[in-house]
Amino acid sequence: MKTWATLALLALGLAALIAAPIGQTHYIVYLLSSWLIFATAAIGLNLTLGYAGQISLAQASFMGIGAYTAALLTMAGVPWLIAAVAAVALCFVVGLALGFPALRVQGHFLAFVTLAFNTLFFLVARNEEWLTGGSYGLSGLPRPHFWGFDTAKNLPFYYFTLVAFVFAAVAMWGIVRSPWGRAFKALRENPIRAESLGVDTRRITLIAFAIGSAYGGFAGALMSPLVQYIEPNSFAFNQSLRVLLMVVVGGAGAFFGPLLGAGVVILLPEVLRFTEGYYLMIYAAAVIALMVFCPTGLIGLGRRVVDRFRPKRARSDLKLGAQL
Amino acid sequence: MSQFLQVLLSGLSTGAIYALAAIGFTLVWQAAQTVNFAQGEFVMLPAFFVLIGLHWLHLPLWLSLLFGLAAALLVLGVLFKKIVVEPMLPNGGMPLIIATMALSILLKEGVKQFYGAEAQPFPSLFGQTTMNWDGAIVSVQDVMNLVVALAVVAGLTFFLNRTRTGRCMQACAQNPGVAQILGVDIKRMTLYTFLINAALAALASFLISPIYLAKFSNGETLGLVAFIAAIVGGFNQIRGALAGGLLIGVLDNLTATYVTTEYRAALPLVLLIIIILWRPQGLLGVDEGRKV
Amino acid sequence: MSAPVLAVRDISKTFGGIRAVDGVSFEVRAGEILGLIGPNGSGKSTLFNCILGQLRPDRGEVHVNSRAVSGRRACELNKLGVGRTFQQLSVFPQMSVLDNIILAGQEHTGTLLSRLFGKPDAGLTAQADQLIDFFRLRHLRDEMAGSLSYGQQKLVDAAMAFMAGPSLVLLDEPAGGVNLTMLAGLKERLLTYNREHGTTFVVIEHNMEFVMSLCTRIIVLAEGRIIAQGPPEEIRANPTVINAYLGG
Repeated sequence: MKTWATLALLALGLAALIAAPIGQTHYIVYLLSSWLIFATAAIGLNLTLGYAGQISLAQASFMGIGAYTAALLTMAGVPWLIAAVAAVALCFVVGLALGFPALRVQGHFLAFVTLAFNTLFFLVARNEEWLTGGSYGLSGLPRPHFWGFDTAKNLPFYYFTLVAFVFAAVAMWGIVRSPWGRAFKALRENPIRAESLGVDTRRITLIAFAIGSAYGGFAGALMSPLVQYIEPNSFAFNQSLRVLLMVVVGGAGAFFGPLLGAGVVILLPEVLRFTEGYYLMIYAAAVIALMVFCPTGLIGLGRRVVDRFRPKRARSDLKLGAQL
Repeated sequence: MSQFLQVLLSGLSTGAIYALAAIGFTLVWQAAQTVNFAQGEFVMLPAFFVLIGLHWLHLPLWLSLLFGLAAALLVLGVLFKKIVVEPMLPNGGMPLIIATMALSILLKEGVKQFYGAEAQPFPSLFGQTTMNWDGAIVSVQDVMNLVVALAVVAGLTFFLNRTRTGRCMQACAQNPGVAQILGVDIKRMTLYTFLINAALAALASFLISPIYLAKFSNGETLGLVAFIAAIVGGFNQIRGALAGGLLIGVLDNLTATYVTTEYRAALPLVLLIIIILWRPQGLLGVDEGRKV
Repeated sequence: MSAPVLAVRDISKTFGGIRAVDGVSFEVRAGEILGLIGPNGSGKSTLFNCILGQLRPDRGEVHVNSRAVSGRRACELNKLGVGRTFQQLSVFPQMSVLDNIILAGQEHTGTLLSRLFGKPDAGLTAQADQLIDFFRLRHLRDEMAGSLSYGQQKLVDAAMAFMAGPSLVLLDEPAGGVNLTMLAGLKERLLTYNREHGTTFVVIEHNMEFVMSLCTRIIVLAEGRIIAQGPPEEIRANPTVINAYLGG
């Protein structure tokens, strides 16, 4: 019964995503694509933050690595699909290399190491002109072409990102319900108990971080053909913070939290455009308020509201007790 | 050689200022088990309070500095504790960390909106004179920054180790449960810690703004350097944070002069990664002896 | 006689000048249920943590099934066949009882990759159900572990410790905070498990009645040293023990 309801809801959501760009302006379609791409990056970070309980402040740099990799390869004539695989693989490996030292020690070291890494990435992207074009960036990036399906226009490109997003989300769903996913959840809820049950928490945290980073790479590989122009500032530390806030605002650890969070972070500026420069301040204040009143994010807030209006399901052992 | 001395001294001078921010960061970490991601903005903001005193209220410099300090104590000490930290403690560590990140955006954007995005000149506290010292041109400001910062650190260490209140604060940081049983007012001690952090941040702000100018985005680098100084030196100790700050200040200046300016900002980061690999408890930190 | 399941040799641990554990040695043989008792501050928990690798002892060695385990991480220890329960509640509250118990077994089956691409339950549902039935948790199988009563969570905690088929299980105050009916049930289940599988137990406990009726042998610690050991009846009558508890 419950699975049917979930499936119906999912189908409805997908239909909404398919219908969303129809009849919209170019700008809105572009914005929607951007939303799905950031949601992909945020889904990855949600694994690191919401499941494995580690703060990564380098998601933007992984998007950067993915974007530059995809840009350089596609400009050299490599098909986008292969470039995307390369971007994902590279980010996974970099994630392992970065996480390995940081996760040897307890505490919030990963946060600092990733913070440092994001800054290093920015410096390299700005200074190594021969590779990255320096502060001028790389422009004229091609949009991919799949056997007759050309994504050069914004609407087909949106459907291309939608397919990529659904693929990424389904893959994540597979990970979360596998034994790995169970271990990730255990890690978040009680790391010491998990360790005593044979879960190698250090390794599983590292894996979560590397997968999260790879998702950043995938989002980056989608980003370069969307914007067709990349430069270091798009992947600076502030952007990492933005992705992190997407996860937190949506609801860390909730599967669809990042999608909702990315929507709020990307689309809210449009709604709050009348506030002009005060947008970021309002936003930051709202995040602080959310953390005080509902640290589980908007999804958690929604659940709380639903729980209030729905009669409590009787627990089966209590029912049993009532019969006796 | 004389150039080397100059570079070394100005490195120690900025390093001492970094150390002030790093020490505050460590104190807050000990008292509230919180990583304050807004620490850089805490150092950026008090300079603007002083500018408000100078240009809007037309106060003399010394009064503006006092005004700036008072405003910092109120906003970064009392309000930060009452509005941000306290209501969030029952929610666990992660929401608070996220909230300090949001706070850093709020402070940065607030200054940008209300005071402007341009860098503002900030009056030097010690004049712009230089001394010729055995062939080396030494700026009085550098020397005074170093002296003032070291004096404050010495005073703080004395306060924490030798006075009753200071020892109570340390007891609270190390073992709140026992401290409470012994009748220490933990809430008040935590408030003192936040006030000290605010005062250190304000002092760092007053000393560094004449050099870097007051700008809304100053906190980005300052915060990062303060974190790194605290970790490099040893997270749980004042002298560790001091050593870390001085080390980074000196290395930073040496790299910029003798190696590369492009990757100047990368040096503390590389240092951080090396330290975490090689000595995660920090150069002067003590291994806490447990594995979990 | 076969090699001991657990051998503790000359363990010492000092905290800032205070000797919490001072040269403790003992052995536990297969199938034994050993009780570790002693007044507060006698070093029980420190000793337990040294055995389990949570603390690094200053001196001494711990062998499990003739393998030195000093300095090993908790997850490695678990792979060597050591299960444990915790003093505080230690379930995964946002996971179902079934998932809690499957988690306790999944790291012992397959490879790292098979746990990503293989079956979501790692093929352990049947085995987990057996254990759920054994601990009489059937009606709670699909409830979130966090919604269970304290005593029920203790049972889940115990079931998790047994899921991987350990040769040695360390129980840290299993009776703490559990009501009398549930306690009798827990003891009966532990004894049955011990009889059916020959699993060795080491129990730390304050509840004398529980320890005396569960254990086959008891070690009494005071001020970091072993002051007495033997079967429960002997310990009950031992004047040194009575003195340690009453005299302090």
